[in-house]
Amino acid sequence: MYATNYHRASSVEDAVKLATANDEAKYISGGQTLLPTMKQRLAAPSDLVDLRHIASMKGISVSGGSIRIGAATPHADVANSSEIAAACPGLAHLAAHIGDPHVRHMGTIGGSIANNDPAADYPAGLMALNATIVTNKRSISADDFFTGMFDTALDDGELVVAVEITAPSKCGYAKFPNPASRYAMTGVFVAKHGDGSVRVAVTGAGSDGVFRHEGMEQALASNFSASALDGVTVDDADLMSDIHASSAYRANLVKVMAKRAVSAAG
Amino acid sequence: MANVSMTVNGRSVSGQCEDRTLLVQFIRENLGLTGTHVGCDTSQCGACVVHVDGKAVKSCTMLAAQADGSEVVTIEGLSSGGELHPVQAAFREHHGLQCGFCTPGMIMSAVDMIERHGGQLDEKTVRAELEGNICRCTGYHNIVKAVLDAASKMGDGAKVAAE
Repeated sequence: MYATNYHRASSVEDAVKLATANDEAKYISGGQTLLPTMKQRLAAPSDLVDLRHIASMKGISVSGGSIRIGAATPHADVANSSEIAAACPGLAHLAAHIGDPHVRHMGTIGGSIANNDPAADYPAGLMALNATIVTNKRSISADDFFTGMFDTALDDGELVVAVEITAPSKCGYAKFPNPASRYAMTGVFVAKHGDGSVRVAVTGAGSDGVFRHEGMEQALASNFSASALDGVTVDDADLMSDIHASSAYRANLVKVMAKRAVSAAG
Repeated sequence: MANVSMTVNGRSVSGQCEDRTLLVQFIRENLGLTGTHVGCDTSQCGACVVHVDGKAVKSCTMLAAQADGSEVVTIEGLSSGGELHPVQAAFREHHGLQCGFCTPGMIMSAVDMIERHGGQLDEKTVRAELEGNICRCTGYHNIVKAVLDAASKMGDGAKVAAE
C-alpha cells in the first residue's frame, strides 16, 4: 500500500470538507473493497476520510412502509434487523449473504453502492426496490444513481448519507455465488410494489453493471409466479463472459435466479 | 504518522505508526502479539481475525488508525489464568487443526459465532459462518466438530449460570 493520510470525520459536513480539501482523497467506510484494492496498489488515495464514526450516517429506521438505512450501516446490522426482516425480507436475506461474517461486520451499504462493483449485491436490491439514494446534496433514484460498471451519478466529493426505500408488497433475492470469491456470478432481486408494478434487477451478469430486465418485469406484473418467466428470453449480448461463465451460461442463470427470487418472495 | 491508542486484551496500549499501517501489523509488530496471522493478505482467508469492539473482523483489512479508541481482543486474550477458553479446548480435544496456521482466526471466528448464535448453532450454520476462514489442511470436518462441541458446552454453561 502506498502512503496515505488518515482522517476521522465527525460529521457529514466535516467529511465533505476533508475530502474536498484534496483532489486525491477518498471516503472510507467499511473499507472491505478499498483497503484490498489499496494493498494491491490499484488505488492510491492521498487521503482517507473515515465515515464510520458519523452518528447521523448509522442506523436503521422503519416507520410504516418507509425504510431509511444510514449509509454507514454495516451489512450485519441490515441482515439482523427484525424491522427490515418484517418490512423487506429480501433485503435482509441479501445483506446476510454478502461476503462472510467478518466482511459483514465492517462493510456498509453506502460503501457498496458508491463503489458499484458489477458483482455487488446491494445495487440489484436497491434498483429493484426503486430506492432513493440520499447524498449530502440531493436525492437520486436508484435508476439514475447506478450509471455503469464502478460508476455512479455521484459528483466529486459528493457523499451518500442514507438510502430510503418504500417497503414493497413482496420481494426476494437469489444469487449464484462464484464458488471461490462468493461474489455474485449472477444475482437477481425481484420486488412487487404497492401499485402492482414489478421490478427485476440483475447483478453479476451485465457487462456494464447492474441492469433491469423489462421482459421479466412485464411477465411478472401480470402473473407473479416463477412459471410466468418460462416464456421470457434473456439475451446474452450484453452479458459478461469470463473464465467462470460464458455469457450464454449467465443468461440462463439470470432466468434461474429470477425464478428462485420469485419463489423466495412467496 | 498516526498516534494510536486502543485496549488490547484488556490492556491499554498506544503507539506510533504510519497511517497506512494495517491493524494486523500493529498487533504483530508494535505489540509483539504474533498469534494473529497473516495468511493471504487479500482479505479472504481469515487467519487474521480479531475482535474489534466485540465483533470479528479481518485485521488485515482495517487500518490501525481505524481501530484507534477501540477494544481489541486477539487469540492471546482468550484464555484466563492458565485455563484454555472452551473453544481452544474443543479444538485440542477434536484435533481441529493440522498445521495450525489458520487456527487463531478459526478460533476467534468460532467465539464470535457462538456469541451471536448461542445454543442455536447447527452444522449447516457453522459451515456457512466459516465462509471467511480458509483451512488448507483439515477439510473442516474436525473444525466444525470442535465448534459445535464448544457451542454446546458454552450454551450449557450459560444456561447453568442463568438458573
